Amino acid sequence: MSIAVATFPGTNCERDVVRALRRVGADADLAWHKDDDLGGAGAVVLPGGFAHGDYLRTGAIARFSPIMSEVERLAAAGRPVLGICNGFQILCEAGLLPGALIANRDLRFVCRWVAVRVEDAGTILTRAASEGDVLRIPLNSYEGNYQPAGDVRTVLRYDGDNPNGSTDAVAAVANEAGNVVGVMPHPERAVEEVLGSADGRVLLEGFAAAAAG
Amino acid sequence: MNGDAHLFPPPPAAEPPAPPPASGGSEEDARHRALGMTDDEYDAVVATLGREPNDAELAAYSVMWSEHCSYKSSRAHLGQLPSEGARVVVGPGEGAGVVDIGDGWLVALRIESHNHPSFVEPYQGAATGVGGILRDVFSVGARPIGLWNQIRFGDLDDPANRYLFGGVVAGIAGYGNAVGVPTLGGEVGFDDSYASNPLVNVLCVGVLRADELVLAKAGREGDVAVLLGAATGRDGIGGASILASAALDEDSGAKRPSVQIGDPFEEKKLIEACLELYRGGLVAGIQDLGAAGIACATSEIAAKGAMGMDVILDRVHLREPGMSAAEILTSESQERMLAIVDPEHLDAVLAVADRWDVEASPIGVVRPGGRLRAYHGGELAADVPAMSLADAAPRCDRPVARPDWLEPAWAGSPDTTDAPSVPEALLSLLDSPALGDKSWVYEQYDHMLFLGSVVPPGHDGALLRVGDTGKGLAVSTDGHGRRCLLDPRRGAARLVFEAALNVAVTGAAPIAVVDNLNFGNPERPEVMWQFTETVAGLAAACRILQVPVVGGNVSFYNETGDAGIVPTPVVGMLGLADPMPERPPRLDQAQEGMELWLFGPQDTEDFAASDYAAVLLDDLSGRPAPPDPAAGLAAVAAARTLAANGTAAVLHDVGDGGLAVAVAEICIRSGVGAGVEVEDWRELFAEGPHRFLAVLEPERRGTPLTVPGRPIPARLLGRIGGDTIDFGRLGSVPLVEAAAAWRQAIPRRMK
Repeated sequence: MSIAVATFPGTNCERDVVRALRRVGADADLAWHKDDDLGGAGAVVLPGGFAHGDYLRTGAIARFSPIMSEVERLAAAGRPVLGICNGFQILCEAGLLPGALIANRDLRFVCRWVAVRVEDAGTILTRAASEGDVLRIPLNSYEGNYQPAGDVRTVLRYDGDNPNGSTDAVAAVANEAGNVVGVMPHPERAVEEVLGSADGRVLLEGFAAAAAG
Repeated sequence: MNGDAHLFPPPPAAEPPAPPPASGGSEEDARHRALGMTDDEYDAVVATLGREPNDAELAAYSVMWSEHCSYKSSRAHLGQLPSEGARVVVGPGEGAGVVDIGDGWLVALRIESHNHPSFVEPYQGAATGVGGILRDVFSVGARPIGLWNQIRFGDLDDPANRYLFGGVVAGIAGYGNAVGVPTLGGEVGFDDSYASNPLVNVLCVGVLRADELVLAKAGREGDVAVLLGAATGRDGIGGASILASAALDEDSGAKRPSVQIGDPFEEKKLIEACLELYRGGLVAGIQDLGAAGIACATSEIAAKGAMGMDVILDRVHLREPGMSAAEILTSESQERMLAIVDPEHLDAVLAVADRWDVEASPIGVVRPGGRLRAYHGGELAADVPAMSLADAAPRCDRPVARPDWLEPAWAGSPDTTDAPSVPEALLSLLDSPALGDKSWVYEQYDHMLFLGSVVPPGHDGALLRVGDTGKGLAVSTDGHGRRCLLDPRRGAARLVFEAALNVAVTGAAPIAVVDNLNFGNPERPEVMWQFTETVAGLAAACRILQVPVVGGNVSFYNETGDAGIVPTPVVGMLGLADPMPERPPRLDQAQEGMELWLFGPQDTEDFAASDYAAVLLDDLSGRPAPPDPAAGLAAVAAARTLAANGTAAVLHDVGDGGLAVAVAEICIRSGVGAGVEVEDWRELFAEGPHRFLAVLEPERRGTPLTVPGRPIPARLLGRIGGDTIDFGRLGSVPLVEAAAAWRQAIPRRMK
């Protein structure tokens, strides 16, 4: 089944995500935030950016967009739901993932390559990877500092340097079932060696396979 | 809503606008002088109208005839710059310059300054500088794909300068990241003269298909002018005349209300809405609203189409009630565009705007006759010839005089008789903020969006690929105020050669230039001399390299009190790599065993305005070497060839700091040492032009390393390897020590 890439006003990574997913062979298309019908898509990505400007808490307005009822339906049905960066923030705000993301430790926007270690290879994002794999992927956020609420299922952890002060160096988390994942670094920015790394492919390939299933 | 008859009933009989309230002559003077207008200019307005202007008209003239909008001091000189070439589609004068890169693709580029607003309020000043340059680029139909910025400050040991530096970087990041356009490079400079006049110049590049080009021109009689975007408020009124066209003083903080406030989310929606309008062929012309707001956009768009326009100011969507006609006409509220729409397309335009949650108000209609008429509250609030606002500012023929201090400065020279400790000198240079690592800056910017950043920030020139076209665009922005102070003509010409070399090391051919000319008060003859010399130097170098200047910006009055900035022209060079090299050279690709070559002339003498003289000798004297056209052309040709054919793992311009710093940068970035042999220590720090380093695999030695017809000296300087930067008998520096000094140069000062 195809993958819907949700676009809110202020989202800016949507075309990059579509391009990267297609590069790993997935069938992906844009969906508008006012849509309450994803045209039969069986998986959804909430990409990075600044949905609705993020002038309130990040994601606080986006969670009320019509498309979010479809996202909630897919999540409840066990279908793959992936939030990247701003999408991760929206999933937390919508209550589909535990915890919250706050401003970086150094109170500065951080755009750079980071190393992340796979902690849990049983989710829709990591099923093609192995636990212990270390991947090089770009981070690009001001509010990437993850604060858990209760026990969380940690999917990726920053390896070595913790770039934003995230608790226990968490870089990605999943819901209990492992079908809803929020990831702070951008796997779609690491699918070609010419751009510095293709380590994000294994994550997007896993997600594409989960979406196809 | 169809047809303009319904929207715009015939205007009332055109009674002349109400005259200003009766008042004595002295108060009249105060009225225009308070708006930054001279008595002569006021007289010219009266002559144009055949009567006294009312407040709204005077407000519009004062901004449109300001230095910032009219280029009245500079225009006579800018004609020297070559602006034509086979690739030029749109030259200077439109929203952005546009060049043809083949296969139906065009590139739009533009550079603008936002110096004074950034001094008065660094975050918003820089942020709205980014917003403005983006609108210039998407106003010609292009999707913006990259931003570059040139920022310059006083010494970071002063907390006031740290505040400005931090605020400007945060403002660029806050706006650029949120609006969703990557910031791909630029330059950061430091000099005491920027302490009370920081420079913020922003360059934007966009791409479009040839059939998507839109120009700022009124179409036919009856076309509707639609104001798109943010509501108009009282922010930024008089920004162009009060802030940008006068020197600042101690009370500059009081001018904060003249700084606009940026809203990147509104801009993001506006970009997407406008691009959708272009794709649908729904607009006949469009212009962004920048300096002088509605007055500027309506008069320019009407004048360019040789038409007039009736504008109903009551139809402008406002942020607050009770704004006067003068305020509505000259407000510089951000994130607004004026589109000219065939009435048949009006409903479709409003539907697109609605989809993107962009407010849209039909505010005017194109009329024949060349008059710009603005109505407010049922009365004619302004009635002026559109052309007179847009293009008839009185020109200033400013006196020009070479500064007296120049001859004595040329007679001196930095003292290089005694050899320094080379390791200590190198570490001092690497620790200086101008030469140190800039990742503290560019890691606050999203520089990876759109998946195009093949050679990222932190290199001589950035290289980005254009979608799946196989083409690459390279951009470098270069300025050097100290050198231009000592010789503006030579300094400016060398910037053009340096920028060309910086794009060539990515494999690109230089194809177009935009320039941003930052100077002090043009009413000082010495400043006008610096300006005219600079333009002459730029023009000469651009002719030699055969690159047209497709746009530019002049920023005068960069003075606070009596302290003016050093003359700081900035050159933005666009290069085209077609096809893009498969593996373009990067600074981090040197490996143990590779060879280090120096291409270009040997230099042991060019210390005037060098970083060695500034950092180690605190000396600003001597006369910089002139560029050498043959050597400059040869360096560009050789670098391009070595990059394009995959011969070189690393190519690096030898620029600020000289050879030693260039070698150290390669070593630090690649994480490997090098051994370098030179006979004279001066060769390590002199800054003569037209030189670059190449790191090659030894087996490449058989490959021809120069281009036929463009001979260039090349010599083997040493070998990559080890964990020191080793200058033989002149000493060596452990790589870790060099890296620590370089990496901490900015962070340790910004703590």
